Amino acid sequence: MSYKRIFSLFVVVLGLSLSANAVFAQEPVASPVSAEAAPAPAEKKGINITELVFGHVSDSHEWHWFSLKNADGTEHPYASPLPMIIYQPGIGLSVFSSSKFEEWHKDADGKRISNVYNGLYIEKNMKEKVLAVVDGSKVYDLSITKNVLSMLIGVFILLWAMTSAAKKYKTDKIAAPKGFQNAVEVLVIFIRDEVAKPNLGNKYLKFMPLLLTIFFFIWINNLLGLLPGGANFTGNIAVTACLALIAFIVMMANSNKHFWGHLLNPPNVPFLVKCLLVLIEVMSLCIKPVALMIRLFANMLAGHIVILSVICLIFIFALMNVYVGGGFVIVSLAFSIFMFMLELLVAVIQAFIFANLTAVFIGQAIEEAHHDAHGHEDEAIIL
Amino acid sequence: MNTIMLAGDLAKAGGAVGAGIAALGAGVGIGQIGKGAVEAIARQPEAMSDIRANMILTAAFVEGVALFAVIAGILAIFV
Repeated sequence: MSYKRIFSLFVVVLGLSLSANAVFAQEPVASPVSAEAAPAPAEKKGINITELVFGHVSDSHEWHWFSLKNADGTEHPYASPLPMIIYQPGIGLSVFSSSKFEEWHKDADGKRISNVYNGLYIEKNMKEKVLAVVDGSKVYDLSITKNVLSMLIGVFILLWAMTSAAKKYKTDKIAAPKGFQNAVEVLVIFIRDEVAKPNLGNKYLKFMPLLLTIFFFIWINNLLGLLPGGANFTGNIAVTACLALIAFIVMMANSNKHFWGHLLNPPNVPFLVKCLLVLIEVMSLCIKPVALMIRLFANMLAGHIVILSVICLIFIFALMNVYVGGGFVIVSLAFSIFMFMLELLVAVIQAFIFANLTAVFIGQAIEEAHHDAHGHEDEAIIL
Repeated sequence: MNTIMLAGDLAKAGGAVGAGIAALGAGVGIGQIGKGAVEAIARQPEAMSDIRANMILTAAFVEGVALFAVIAGILAIFV
């Protein structure tokens, strides 16, 4: 019962903080085309597809909902500012709202530069970077950006859902599962029987919390990214790098002598082949977490970019001819609905694959030596 | 007749062509997976759900490899 109240309180606080100072926070931004020197062909009459698409998939210090055109043709962005937490060695911690950076102009390279506040300004190329006016001084940006807030929302949803399901088991251990517990049971048993037990053998219980967390965390954040106005959290390489790093650390921490023995000294192998094999094995040891990282990142980013591009096609066609644009809406909608369905599938599959591969790698690291009783176990049985 | 391709444009062309070839590879790969899966189901219809699960898992791996190449293409265009 207390979780429901905490959740409602959270929703109220979040809603108030985002909406109260948000909606009219920004000055109108001049239409991005006129000063652009970039060679993109979509530049012709006013849609910068690159900026649109990458603005949606990259991180930012505010949560941008939509932009409306003013009477004079400029765009008025409606965005919720997020707290900025900047640490500068020598000056200390500064915490302020990102609505302080409201005037943007373009510099010579085509990057957008914000106004200066407190000796700091934001430079927005593909990603937003906070820089200090004094050249070269270090700025540590610890802000709650859009991705961080999306992660916190995902974490909160995960905690609330799982702890409320777990509480029911504490109060009555042998009652039949009710409601949400059913879904949680199906998923947990699926992870236990298809992912953990086959790969980890009888030591699976120790790693079940990790595998379950990885699976649900990635799944929930993938789904949150698909909502309209959602943040592209798992399509950010820093995020997937951290997840892969965690998997790698667990794998290394649980590796045993048998694993390292086989890695550095493969048995029953001629010497020259052994040299080559050791090199390949060590490389693959590092490449496996990198592959984990890139797989999740690429799948999520590609999905978002395809959906955004398909919708932007409407506007590209509309620039040619309004009626062609209007007619194309049907095609674009159909294709983007198909892509959304595919992305729903990809969300759960990529979460499953990440958890599965983590289990496989940990299983490889904790494998014990097979004890052949007589040295020959695979002899064919001749009847 | 001199055709000059600027270095930046060549990079973009290379990135796009690379991503296209990767899509080719992914198509062939996932097609093979589908073929094997459908034939296996035809031979043993009781194993359908096992086969289907393995097919989807393997298809995701192959797609992952194709997306590595897409990322390389994106890097070529923007970096």
